[in-house]
Amino acid sequence: MKTSFELNGKNVSVDTPEDATLLWTLRERLKLTGTKFGCGIAACGACTVHLDGTAVRSCSMPMAAVAGKQVTTIEGLSENNDHPLQVAFQDEQVPQCGYCQSGQIMQAATLLTSNSSPSREEIVSHMNGNLCRCGTYNRIIKAITKAAEEGQS
Amino acid sequence: MMKNKQRGMSRRQFLATTGGATFFIGGYCLLPGCTTDSGAEAKEVLKKEVNVWVKLASDNQVIIYTPAAEMGQGSMTSVPLILAEEMDADWSKVKILSSPVEAETYGVGWYPGGNKNMTTAGSRTIRSYYQLMRETGAQIRASLLQNAAEKWQVSVEELTTKPGFVIHEASDSSMSFGEIAEFGNFESLPDMAGVKLKDPKDFKLVGKVLPRYDIPSKTNGSATYGMDVHLPGMLYGFISRSPVHGAKPELTNEEEIKNMDGVVSIVTLDHGVGVVCQSVEAGLKAKRQMKINWGESLMQSHNSEEDMNAYTTDGASETKHEGDVAGALKNVAKVHEAIFTNKYVYHAQMEPLNAVVSVAADKQSAEVWIGSQAPDGAKSAVAQTLGIDENKITVNQLFLGGGFGRRTLPGYAAECAALAKSVDKPVKLIWKREDDVSYGAFRPQVKHFFKAGLDKDGKIISWDHTAVGPGGGLSNGGASVAHYDIPNVRFMRKDVDHGIRTKHWRAVGHGPHKYAVETFIDQLARANNKDPYLYRLEMMQSNERVRKVLERAAEMSNWDPTPKDGRAMGIAFADRDSFSCGVAEISLNRDTGVIRVHKYWCAVDAGVIVQPDNAVAQVEGAVNMGISSTLKEQIDVKDGKVVQSNFHDYPILRMSEAPESIEVALIDSDESPEGIGEAGLPAVGGAIASAFAALTGKHLYDMPFTPDKVLAVLNS
Repeated sequence: MKTSFELNGKNVSVDTPEDATLLWTLRERLKLTGTKFGCGIAACGACTVHLDGTAVRSCSMPMAAVAGKQVTTIEGLSENNDHPLQVAFQDEQVPQCGYCQSGQIMQAATLLTSNSSPSREEIVSHMNGNLCRCGTYNRIIKAITKAAEEGQS
Repeated sequence: MMKNKQRGMSRRQFLATTGGATFFIGGYCLLPGCTTDSGAEAKEVLKKEVNVWVKLASDNQVIIYTPAAEMGQGSMTSVPLILAEEMDADWSKVKILSSPVEAETYGVGWYPGGNKNMTTAGSRTIRSYYQLMRETGAQIRASLLQNAAEKWQVSVEELTTKPGFVIHEASDSSMSFGEIAEFGNFESLPDMAGVKLKDPKDFKLVGKVLPRYDIPSKTNGSATYGMDVHLPGMLYGFISRSPVHGAKPELTNEEEIKNMDGVVSIVTLDHGVGVVCQSVEAGLKAKRQMKINWGESLMQSHNSEEDMNAYTTDGASETKHEGDVAGALKNVAKVHEAIFTNKYVYHAQMEPLNAVVSVAADKQSAEVWIGSQAPDGAKSAVAQTLGIDENKITVNQLFLGGGFGRRTLPGYAAECAALAKSVDKPVKLIWKREDDVSYGAFRPQVKHFFKAGLDKDGKIISWDHTAVGPGGGLSNGGASVAHYDIPNVRFMRKDVDHGIRTKHWRAVGHGPHKYAVETFIDQLARANNKDPYLYRLEMMQSNERVRKVLERAAEMSNWDPTPKDGRAMGIAFADRDSFSCGVAEISLNRDTGVIRVHKYWCAVDAGVIVQPDNAVAQVEGAVNMGISSTLKEQIDVKDGKVVQSNFHDYPILRMSEAPESIEVALIDSDESPEGIGEAGLPAVGGAIASAFAALTGKHLYDMPFTPDKVLAVLNS
């Protein structure tokens, strides 16, 4: 099955089995490994990417649903690791093992596009589906708050 | 992003693609940190090996090899930082790479005369490497001074260093480490006898707030984990493992599976059946379609709840006895008894287990890509699986998407080797999350029996603790009241074998034991109308160091034993080599049974702290993981099968459940460094149970404190 879509600003066309998901297509065919496999059932958020600007779990996204759409992965979020969230996650020294962090940042990015100064409650509510076993939640909240503030100034 | 496209491709190189462009990452660049390479290799730079730990480049880059697995705990930064400190390296010029997996060269023994190993576990890395890295750095600095002295024809005494340079003040000259690399002779480093270590007050790196080396690569997707490795022609392996541990498989539809699209090979293992396929999708499908008859196993009769209920102290043996517990009990004013239990807990590291193995065509050598807490163990396991010598195995250590003890087991490397041996291409073995849960290796369930004798003032005179459960030595740690002044103390242990896999889990035995020990002490305080903080403090009169930790936690939390506005504070102490004291402030929804931890304070004395901000982050993370395991996590076994399978039925802490604030105080100390990765965790269960008792006057006897159990306690 051939699927064409826009990936990080470039048109791509990829051949996959019928039952392929966006996650494994990104990781194993397109070799974009920043998007992580965590649970396979949309229960952890490690595989979060943007589909037409909305945060989705790529592990549960069939390729057919991607045709003609725009997909952004962590690799396409910024040119130089300088998206305000990426800067804030570095400043606040958020990642520990780091495995969930692409998903955290991609999930957070869609909050900031719709809400330039989210409250703590809004951040928590938006981020609550993204698990972090290392327990970096407190720093994630700080980093998102900081990135939002930077965007305001 | 590195751009060294040249130099052809060998087996030591693999293909990585980022942002649609393809790069060959060669040689040493396989290793963590390489993805942030600035492209220094593009121009001809001389790199001279100073010793096994350090290479100096003529462009002033300092390459330091780190022996520890980086699984989130930050030792990829802190171990080289210690060496760089004594060497007086310019930290901004330091490039960190994983060391080769050679335990004789890069490993350490855990006790005098112990075998050298490269296991990253038990919060041991800084403890194990601190002195060695200091001495190595100091020796290298001395050698740099010696080489510069010879070049300048001056005496070594006239020279000093500043970061990255040797300085000759008399002539106002300086020479960079890179310049020295070009002519220097490092064949034999000066003997430590003539080398002085820095005075810690002169430290420029150790103890300072510096960013972690690995973090930039973890914000743009470029950090490479085992799961991210790609090799040309690579195939994908999946395994159906026995749902009941120890049961042997018999695949009944081998022909059907063999004929499925994309299936390349089927491999029957002792504990499961593996398929090697051309794609992930083909592998997942074949795994789903396999029909397997499983044999008999010891574990099939294991029902975790029933078995725990049946545990008794009969047949327990003494592991420690100070004073005379039975004798002392005859002369006490009061005797208290209690039984606590804690359930099996799963690691739930975010990256499911995986490995990549490439076996040479002649099957006489192999290369492994893995994120492992024991890469030397993985090397042995692969060698054994392939029936070849260990020195024919090259192991490339990558980032670990969490470890927490699970990645010390080498089984997943051995599995991958077995699959790779069956084909002529490299194989990436992927564990599904369901595999990772149901074939997990769990923190053991434990039943704790306590009996304490108190004098008329409520002081503990006699302490008797018997722990029963599976896991053997895994459950011994933390069974201690060593820092309390109790004259008669006995610990007993009874091991029960259910055939279940158990494994170290962050803080190991200290998680279960500190919960039980501290909660029982808390009960004794409350039963005698004492403030549980002061009660502990009074029993710590002979130990100023631990007393300070308690006092600091009370001070920073404005400790108050009286509940206010529906909230209460609780306190607990833990000694996981480092000392910690946690204070939790909780509220309780009496309709749902949900306990909410609003605030948490933790004071830690871990000796010398190498990276203070990272140490704080480790404690924050340990507190959250501690809350998760205290309130939510439970693995049940029914008829030998693990009941849970994924995050929907094994929930871990979410952001909304994390405390609104976690405040950490690191006690200033010049004592030798202890661990920091686990230190904050073991007190959490006791602190929450203590707060619950303050709030409700009732006690929680079974961890985790899930809403159903909390409601049952409230209604009791």
